[in-house]
Amino acid sequence: MSATANTQRWRAADGWRQLFRERQVIPLLVFLGALILVYAVARPGIVDANWAGVIFRSAIPLAILAGCQTLAMLTGGIDLSVGAVASMSGFMVATLMNSDGLAFGIAVGLGAAVLAGLLNGIGIGVFRVNPLIMTLGTSLVVLGLDNAWQIKMVVAGATPPPEFRYIGTERVAEIFPLSLIVFLPIAVLILVGLRRTGYGRMLFAIGDNPVAARLSGARAWQVLLVLYVISALMAAIAGFLLTGLNNAAAVTLGDPFVLPSVAAAVIGGTSIFGGRGGYGGTIVGALILTVIAALLTALSFPEAIRQIVFGTIIVAVAAAYTRVTAER
Amino acid sequence: VSAAATTADVRSRPGDAAGAWLRRNGWTIGLIVLFAVLLVVTKVIQPRYGVAGIQALSNAALPLALAAVGQAICVIVGGIDLSIGAMMTLTSVVAASLMKGQSEEAALGIVFGVLILGLLLGAVNGTLVVLTKVPDIVVTLAMGFVWGGCAVLVLSAPGGASAQWLKELVIGSFGNELIPKPLVVLIAVVAIIWIPLSRSWLGLSIYAVGSNQLAAYRSGVSVGRSKVAAYAFTGLFAALAGLSLTASTGIGTPVQGPYTLYSVAAVVLGGVSLAGGRGGVFGAVVAVLVLQILSMDLTFLKIDPNLAVVAQGLILISVVMLGGLVDWRRSRR
Repeated sequence: MSATANTQRWRAADGWRQLFRERQVIPLLVFLGALILVYAVARPGIVDANWAGVIFRSAIPLAILAGCQTLAMLTGGIDLSVGAVASMSGFMVATLMNSDGLAFGIAVGLGAAVLAGLLNGIGIGVFRVNPLIMTLGTSLVVLGLDNAWQIKMVVAGATPPPEFRYIGTERVAEIFPLSLIVFLPIAVLILVGLRRTGYGRMLFAIGDNPVAARLSGARAWQVLLVLYVISALMAAIAGFLLTGLNNAAAVTLGDPFVLPSVAAAVIGGTSIFGGRGGYGGTIVGALILTVIAALLTALSFPEAIRQIVFGTIIVAVAAAYTRVTAER
Repeated sequence: VSAAATTADVRSRPGDAAGAWLRRNGWTIGLIVLFAVLLVVTKVIQPRYGVAGIQALSNAALPLALAAVGQAICVIVGGIDLSIGAMMTLTSVVAASLMKGQSEEAALGIVFGVLILGLLLGAVNGTLVVLTKVPDIVVTLAMGFVWGGCAVLVLSAPGGASAQWLKELVIGSFGNELIPKPLVVLIAVVAIIWIPLSRSWLGLSIYAVGSNQLAAYRSGVSVGRSKVAAYAFTGLFAALAGLSLTASTGIGTPVQGPYTLYSVAAVVLGGVSLAGGRGGVFGAVVAVLVLQILSMDLTFLKIDPNLAVVAQGLILISVVMLGGLVDWRRSRR
C-alpha cells in the first residue's frame, strides 16, 4: 500500500529511476556498454567478434559461480565454498582420468561436490549455522582433503582432460564459446526455475521473510539442503570449465573467483540480505567484471593498481546501483 | 528438560549477581576451561612441552588475537570487516618500510603514525558502509582489494626493518618465564583500548546499534557515527596486528596471511553473535588461543598437516553448531 502511495508521489523527473527500479538490468547493460566503449577508445580496433568471444569464454565460469551466490543470497545466505569445491572437482577429474577414465572422474567429482553441498546444507538448514561460517568451514575441510588427496596422487599426476580443454576454450564462429553448451541450459534452468517453479518462489520467500515462509508451510531446511547441493554441483561444473580454460588442475584454481562471484551477484542487483534479485542481472554483473579485468590488463596497469581500481569500481558500481534502485 | 530449567530459573533470585555474571560470561569461561584442558592434553602428548612451547604459542597467537579483537568490534556493531587481513598487510609494510634506517626514537613516532593510519583506513571503510548503504560484506570485500593493492605499491617484495625495541616487545618474557611478553602486550593493549571503550557512551551506542538499529536511532543514538567509530577501532586493531607482524618477523611482507577468515572464525567461536550487539572481545581472544593450541596439538600428534586443516574446519563447524543448539535451548525456555 505504501508502495502505491510512493508511486503517486514520484515526480516526472524521477521517472527514469522508476524504470530502472523495475527493469534493473537496463542500467547494468548501459554501464557494460560504456565500459566496452572505453575499451574501444583505449585500444582502437580490438573490439570485434573475436574479442567478444574471448570475453564470453572467460565470463562463463564466473557467471556460473555467481549463480551459486545468487541462489544462496536470495535465501539470505552466501556460499564461500564454491572456490574450494570447483577446484576439488576439476582436480578429481584430472587425477582420476588416466587410471579410471573420464566418465568415472566426472562422476567422482560431482559426487564429492554433492557431499560438500550436503555438509553445507545440513549445517545451514538443520543446525542453522550462519552460512558465512558454515561455508567457510566447509571450504577448509574441502581444501584439506584436497591437499591430502594431492599428496596421495602425486605419482599419478594431474592431466587436465582434453575434452574439458576443448569445451573450455574452443569457439564457434569466433564469438560463441563451446562452453555455452554447458552454460545455456544452466542459465535457462535458473532463470525459469526462479520465476516459474514453486521451489524458486520458495527461495525468495525464505529470504524475504523466514517466519512468514515457515508459517505458510515451507520446510526451510529441505529447501536450503537442496539449494546448497545445487550450488555445489554448479560450482563443480564451473570447476570443470576452469580446468579446461586454464589447461591446469590445481587445488587453488577456483579461489580467486570466490570474491568476484559475490561481487558479480551484488552488482547484478541481488540483495545479500535475501528475497530480492535474479540471475539476469548476475550474468551482466559477471560480464562487467570480466570486461573491467580485461580492460585493466589491456591498459597494462601493474597488478597493484589493477587491484585498487577493481576494488574501487566494485564499491562505486554497488553504491550507484543501490542509490538508483533503493527502496524509499 | 524444560521443566527442570524452569525450576532452576525460579530458584535463582533476581539479585543473584554472581549467577547473572556467570550466565553472561558462560561461553568465555567455557572456552577458558577448554583452553586449560587443551594445555594439559598438550603436556600429556608432548611431555617436553614447557616454557618454549608457551612462548611459541603466544607469539603465533598475537597477530591473530589482535585481528580477532578488531573483527569483534565491527561484528558487535552489526557489520563485518573482510578487509582486515589487507589492512594488517598495509600497515605492516608501511611500518617496516618507514622504520628502515631510522633511529629508535623516530620509530616511536612511526608506530604512532601507523596506528593513526589504521584508524583512518577503518574510518574509510565505515564511512563507505554508512554513506553508500551497500552491505558491509561487499564494501569491505572490495576495500580489501584496494588496501591489498596499496600494500604492494608500498613494498613490492618482502623488506624493510623493525626497530629493536618493537622486536623486543614481543620476544621473551617478563619476570617469570611462564608469562610471555606477547601475552602481556595483548592483554595490556586490549585492556587499555577496549575496557574504557566498552564502558563509554560510544561503546554503549555501538552495542545498541548492533542489537537494534532502529531502536538505537529512536533513542537518539547517531547510527552512522557509531558505525564509523566501530570500523575505525577495527582499523586501529588491524594496525596493531600489522605492527605485531612487523615486530615478530622484523620485516614487512606484502602477501596477506589467512587472517581475515580466521578472525571471523575466532569471533564466532568467541561467542560474538554475527547478528551484532552480543558478545565481547575477550571471548574472541580466548578462542584464538584455543585455535592455536589445537593446531599445535595436531602437529605434535604428527597428523598430516592437510588433515589438520580438515580437523580445524570440522572443529569450527561443530563448535558453531553447538553454540547454535545452546542458543536454541535458551530461547525455548
